Amino acid sequence: MSSNALSSTESAASAARTALDAHLREIVRWHFSPETGTPIWLDWAKKAGWSPIEKIKTIDDLVRFPNFADESLRNEPLERWIPAAYKGRPFTIFETGGTTGMPKQRIGWDDYKTDYEQFSETLSDVEFPRNGYWLMMGPTGPRRLRLAIEHLANHRGCSCFFVDLDPRWVKKLISSKQFDQAKAYMEHVVDQAVTILTHRRVDALFTTPKLLEALAEKTSIPESGIKGVFCGGTTMEPQYTRFLVEEVLERRTKFVPTYGNTLMGLACHKPLTPEDRYSITYYAPQPRAMLRVVDPDQPERVVEYDQWGRVELTTLTREFFMPRFLERDEAIRRRPCEQYAWDGVGEVRPYGATKAVIVEGVY
Amino acid sequence: MSLPHFPILRWGEAYESLDVDTVVHFATGEELCQVSQANPGLITRDMRQAHRARAALRAIPCDELCRRLSRAADLFTTANLPMGSGTQSPDEFVRCQSATTGLPEHMCRFNMSKLHHVLTNLDAILNSLTRGLSRSIMTQGYGVEGEVMRSMQANSPVLGMVLPSNSPGTHGLWLPVPALQIGLVLKPGPLEPWTPFRMAQAFFEAGLPRESIGLYPGGAEVGMAVVSHVQRTMIFGSKATVEQYRGNPAVQVHGPGFSKILFGDDCVDDWEHYLDLMVDSILLNGGRGCINCSGIWVSRHSREIADALAQRLGPVAPLPPTDPKAPLAAFTIAAQAQGVNTMIENGLRENGVEDLTAKYRGGDRLVSETRCAYLRPTIIHCDSPKRGLANTEFMFPFASVVECPQSEMLSAIGDTLVGTVISHDETFRRAAVDATNIDRLNLGAVPTTKLNWLQPHEGNIISFLYRERALQVE
Repeated sequence: MSSNALSSTESAASAARTALDAHLREIVRWHFSPETGTPIWLDWAKKAGWSPIEKIKTIDDLVRFPNFADESLRNEPLERWIPAAYKGRPFTIFETGGTTGMPKQRIGWDDYKTDYEQFSETLSDVEFPRNGYWLMMGPTGPRRLRLAIEHLANHRGCSCFFVDLDPRWVKKLISSKQFDQAKAYMEHVVDQAVTILTHRRVDALFTTPKLLEALAEKTSIPESGIKGVFCGGTTMEPQYTRFLVEEVLERRTKFVPTYGNTLMGLACHKPLTPEDRYSITYYAPQPRAMLRVVDPDQPERVVEYDQWGRVELTTLTREFFMPRFLERDEAIRRRPCEQYAWDGVGEVRPYGATKAVIVEGVY
Repeated sequence: MSLPHFPILRWGEAYESLDVDTVVHFATGEELCQVSQANPGLITRDMRQAHRARAALRAIPCDELCRRLSRAADLFTTANLPMGSGTQSPDEFVRCQSATTGLPEHMCRFNMSKLHHVLTNLDAILNSLTRGLSRSIMTQGYGVEGEVMRSMQANSPVLGMVLPSNSPGTHGLWLPVPALQIGLVLKPGPLEPWTPFRMAQAFFEAGLPRESIGLYPGGAEVGMAVVSHVQRTMIFGSKATVEQYRGNPAVQVHGPGFSKILFGDDCVDDWEHYLDLMVDSILLNGGRGCINCSGIWVSRHSREIADALAQRLGPVAPLPPTDPKAPLAAFTIAAQAQGVNTMIENGLRENGVEDLTAKYRGGDRLVSETRCAYLRPTIIHCDSPKRGLANTEFMFPFASVVECPQSEMLSAIGDTLVGTVISHDETFRRAAVDATNIDRLNLGAVPTTKLNWLQPHEGNIISFLYRERALQVE
């Protein structure tokens, strides 16, 4: 990289940081002011004995908050998450992925639309044609993703077909070693997608990596007319990404990996170059959400670039404030890039993946 | 200097993965090679072309394949063969295999010669296993023999092999397969990439079609992909693995052997005459194999036999793997040895169970080194078949001497891969012949470790890979 390019990246990073700090102040003011604020955060501030509005000026100040306890998303009444400004307006209840038992729930109004409209701007009209039909094959049900993908398709001028996969059931099957049942269920899901592809024109697909691979066993994805695949849900290590691009998609269908969840929205990937050797880096939709890679033993400390650490998410929207949530993922801290002037998270995988076998499901 | 790199072989074509495993010396941690790791999807996709492997082999007559495999045997044992960007000599192969498996070098050499023996005697082995069936019937699928129409149909165009890391001798099981015009899909054990890669190179140099062999190193999920996508697969595993696949005609599981020597009442008083046979059966090849004896069953003299074996085996101690007399293989994962040792110690708490080697060993059973561990030979005396350690197998020279009436012996021994029955009592011998829980039966003074390759091993590979069916031609 030339020194000019370097200074341009640095200056973009500095501007992004300034914008993020300003956005943080605005969101903290919003959630901690009695006129607009959220009951759960107003109560929290009373007990904490300090004023976030006064003390939180920059992202560095966020460490004044402890890591977000996600149990509150299971235990607290939903009404306590409604900011005053949204009172009386019906909300949507979204639940997180494949967990069993009482799920974590996040309420929302327009965030998912905003997130996916912004994301839409990153998609090419050639590979994800405007007015082209979408197919979503993956977890629908109470998940944000289902509405989000439909909104994405609508926003780009068309509609979306759906084939559901219940990850909670898959997780139960795998945990109880009913692999035949898990395989049969996956085939059931994929067969439904093949039926849609056989009888309807579909230009773009959202699915999970494993389902994408299984679909390609039944039909050639480029030959079926799909021009672009938007894909997320589980780990995509470099060799696996290469396999998806080179063999599953036959280098003919565009591959757009994403990292996201109900609590964040979705992070975009840096377009892959040969130098990346299929190592994917994601960038949070800053300033609406921020990802940091932190030392698991000292989560207030960000690790050095190119080092592994645990992924920490901060969500900063008027609908939802969530500081310093430690995700169940680990990643490599990556530098800002041309497209995204803030830190990225590379090669995301389940936290502790090197120490234990993690059931991610057939996702 | 860069480490040699083993690529994935996709029907003979090298494919370098972005996921690479580094294999290290078990004792020093020195990095020895890098191995491309497959993702399961590669197997799923490649198996679409499996029929080409068989087609390529069928284009070559069986007899010619036997000749080429015999030449491959010589190359395997004597030639410098391609490895990574360079070559590997036979001595380098032995050093490397020993360095990652923990097996002493002289045992690695012995295994090489065993594999050589199989490949250079394929003609006889196949004649024996097919009961002399004309090879053209296997190639063509049918033919008349002795005025009878015979048809042999391949159950799969390729055989999958999910190989272990710790028993290089098991490679002998898949070597005859190309001569049967069936391709190979090999998933090497993580610590033993050496034999499958070197043998594949020997096969290629000897003129076997490259597209007849796939080689997919990787983790457990790659092994599962082989089992799922190859119509006939041989795997190696624990008792639990055996149970998991029991009754599955597509999978042949080679589990623990629980091999045993059984004395009839008519011979047991002469037990001293068979002491060498017992020692060899327990100790040979480091005591690791499924054919090593793990139980000696007698109706009397059990304590004297156990004590005599303990006197012979107790003093046996680890030696460096380069020592031509090294009797023991290292546990390359020290925690495994510790776990086994704890299991034995727990078993010894039971009344009627005693470790007779303890007094002759002059030290602990567990010998821990910096990065590995050894377990020294252990002979247990059990006063009844009901004792927990009476029917156990571990991957080191370990055997229980069990006191049991002859009349109860055959039912009490459970599944037994190799059963050596030392008796002239025709009734007892007849009962042993009929015992379906014994796989390989030796009648008389044959060590459990002495394999005759002309005999089937845990099922005839011919009936695993082929089925005989009716065929009529108008």
